[in-house]
Amino acid sequence: MKAFAQLIDALDSTNKTTQKVALLADYFRTTPRTDALWAVALLSHRRPSRPVTTTLLRQWAAEVAGLSTWLFEEAYHIVGDLAETIALLVPNTQSHSQESLAETIAALIALKNKEEPEKKAYILARWQQLSSTERFVFNKILTGGFRIGISQKLMTRALGQALELDENTLAHRLMGQWSPENTRFEDLLITPKAADQLSRPYPFYLAYAAEDDFFDKQSVTEYHIEHKWDGMRGQLIVREGQLFLWSRGEELITNKFPEFAPFAQQLPSGTVLDGEILPYPKGVIGNFNDLQKRIGRKTVGAKLLRDIPTRFMIYDLLEWEGKDYRNEPLWKRQQQLAHLFERYSEQELPWEHSNVLQFDHWDAVATERNRAPEMRSEGLMLKKRDSIYAVGRKKGAWWKWKSDPKTIDAVLTYAMRGHGRRTNLYTDYTFGLWDEGQLVTFAKAYSGLTDKEIREVDRFVKQNTLARFGPVREVTPKLVFEIAFEGIAASSRHKSGVAVRFPRILRWRHDKKIEGANSLSDLKELLP
Amino acid sequence: MPLLEFTSRGIYCAAADVYLDPWKKVAKALITHGHSDHARWGHQQYITHHDNVPIIQHRLGKIVVAGKAYGECFKVNGVTFSFHPAGHVPGSSQIRVEHRGEVWVFTGDYKLENDGISTPFEPVPCHTFITECTFGLPVFDWQNPTLVHQQINQWWAANKAAGVTSLLMGYSLGKIQRLLKHLDPCIGNIFTHGAPEKMTQVLRAQIDFPDTQLITRETNKKEIQGNMVLAPPAVMGSAWAKKLGTISTGYASGWMAFRGARRRRAVDKAFVLSDHADWKGLLQAIESTACENVITTHGYTDIFAQYLREKGWNARTEKTQYEAETPETALTE
Ligand SMILES: [Zn+2]
Ligand SMILES: [Zn+2]
Repeated sequence: MKAFAQLIDALDSTNKTTQKVALLADYFRTTPRTDALWAVALLSHRRPSRPVTTTLLRQWAAEVAGLSTWLFEEAYHIVGDLAETIALLVPNTQSHSQESLAETIAALIALKNKEEPEKKAYILARWQQLSSTERFVFNKILTGGFRIGISQKLMTRALGQALELDENTLAHRLMGQWSPENTRFEDLLITPKAADQLSRPYPFYLAYAAEDDFFDKQSVTEYHIEHKWDGMRGQLIVREGQLFLWSRGEELITNKFPEFAPFAQQLPSGTVLDGEILPYPKGVIGNFNDLQKRIGRKTVGAKLLRDIPTRFMIYDLLEWEGKDYRNEPLWKRQQQLAHLFERYSEQELPWEHSNVLQFDHWDAVATERNRAPEMRSEGLMLKKRDSIYAVGRKKGAWWKWKSDPKTIDAVLTYAMRGHGRRTNLYTDYTFGLWDEGQLVTFAKAYSGLTDKEIREVDRFVKQNTLARFGPVREVTPKLVFEIAFEGIAASSRHKSGVAVRFPRILRWRHDKKIEGANSLSDLKELLP
Repeated sequence: MPLLEFTSRGIYCAAADVYLDPWKKVAKALITHGHSDHARWGHQQYITHHDNVPIIQHRLGKIVVAGKAYGECFKVNGVTFSFHPAGHVPGSSQIRVEHRGEVWVFTGDYKLENDGISTPFEPVPCHTFITECTFGLPVFDWQNPTLVHQQINQWWAANKAAGVTSLLMGYSLGKIQRLLKHLDPCIGNIFTHGAPEKMTQVLRAQIDFPDTQLITRETNKKEIQGNMVLAPPAVMGSAWAKKLGTISTGYASGWMAFRGARRRRAVDKAFVLSDHADWKGLLQAIESTACENVITTHGYTDIFAQYLREKGWNARTEKTQYEAETPETALTE
């Protein structure tokens, strides 16, 4: 615990990326591997489930600090972070704890099923044994949301340096639903077992938004252009007769799409496809809300399957006959994909091949982009014909050119009571975007949800209130919404530095976790 | 009529017709200390502690000023005034006002720790205590300053070993001299930016400091490398700072207790070192005056006053134009 807290302290003490990577690498080299594994997990947003509610933590902290509830809440409001508020308010004591990070987390996991007095006794004791930074780190593990300005990319780079392994290989090994509770550092990162590899997805390659000067600089003939389908990005894996379907948020969602089961029988082992899961009610592409109904359900009944069947719209081929194709140029992968698609066309699998479009001029591409609403796409994807399938978000080869309006995925941070007939419901929302590990307010919006969704959000707000300021409640950041807006301009009056016009809620992104919401720099990229 | 009133010009004693730290131009001003929001320009006559005289002369230029010693009583229109150590910065005072058996104390800014350069705070018994509360929240709990100075010297030594220059930033009056006083000259040489150098020169007449060298256009960059540079916070990211070569930046302020403030400040090393009282310090100061009434001025005034009321004091807040530094404004002086 001490070493990890020292690491966090040291990372906080520098603004230089190279130094941050060096510090992390050094930690990974020197710390016991059980601890290193948990550090990797925490920094990639995998944390043990919360053993106590934040309400209880606040009560207990106010009690140990000898403060009335109102004063604790005022302090919390000003500090802005519960873990830090508690770390600052609980009195410093001298005694020291030697428990390692892994031991600490093991204790927290065990705590989950204990009775409240036992939980309280444990947490109060730990608060008093830990130094201020240790206490902050401990609270962060307890409350979740471990964001300290270290991206997964930086962490992977540091791991690569420490283990002397290729960064992309490691990024691949870090994919999927692993937890330190069911794997070991060696098994996950150094000598992965073949059996564990079976279901493991490749890191998704993500595109940047095309900037305005993009079209002056790039030649249209070098680009492979296709629609950016408006469903849910997924990776479909067939290995040894088994099917694995992964979401972009690295969740295994195979069970939610039983209609894809035939892929396992029909496609050869060692096939990995990148694509979009799309709803096809009545035999044509439906809208995103149809898909939401599928994702929202725990079990998919026969009626739902009949009403809203889905198909897999294939973008790319990542693995074929067990061979990793990601470093082949796009045109070659597409060639192979076309073969594959033709070869299995008899089988009537629930799939489609996303059409590759060719144009002579960017003007013609713009016209195609305007067809996005009728095509039921979000706009276009522009991919360099000779591009490899890279890891993560990389500038240079893949661009998205969304049709207007502009949209961004933001996290619900505050809610206010509505007016008129909605005065009992929380209907006015404030949304935040990530900036250095914090959510910075970027827009308020109060339209776009259905009545049913509004009631659901209302219930969420009431159950997840962190603080109250008159009619406004601060809520636990948990829900992600896609916000559409018309204009965007730099603004010094806004805390985010950006003002957007006519923000409105386009849809509730049930499929996204808050880590997947956009950042302020994503928003700034949209600035003209 | 209360002994001291809060008017549009400042804190006013009608019986004596004088103002304490007024924010608008007045005939007679009693000044607690040299910070610009407390010692403003344009009054006809200034009265302050001896040690503060050269400070405000340096800041305000030609002024009519009288100096007093700590504890020295003087009368204005039958009202008795005296200055008492506030421990905030060199020459800083609390002002005691007594009239017809009633005693009020105005703190200006203060802290309880001995910083090694200011005469340490002394509690002054009174009926009504007008207190700042810049850090009037229980989250502020200062570490022993000796430890902070050790951290600073360790940071400097580590930078020196790596051939990196240490750029340490703080207020030109008070903070910089406090930092300077506790730097270990065995580690290396100490360079200064113009603004704190001038103020330090003024204070050398009263206080012993390690030697400093002013950075000028002629200063060789190689000479500075690995050494310590003291500068005001405004130099952060400036062309002046870029000329120093490879640097590690440090910033000393009470606000550095907040992680968010540390990150926004974007310095490499943040030191929690304040010239204001923390939560416990404020409470201790209030208790030691045995006062009945408390008036909170700048800082977390409402929260602090509410807490005091809960604890049985007759406490209220008054609006002033003293700029409580906030995490956002802490960079500007
Ligand atoms: Zn001051
Ligand atoms: Zn002040």
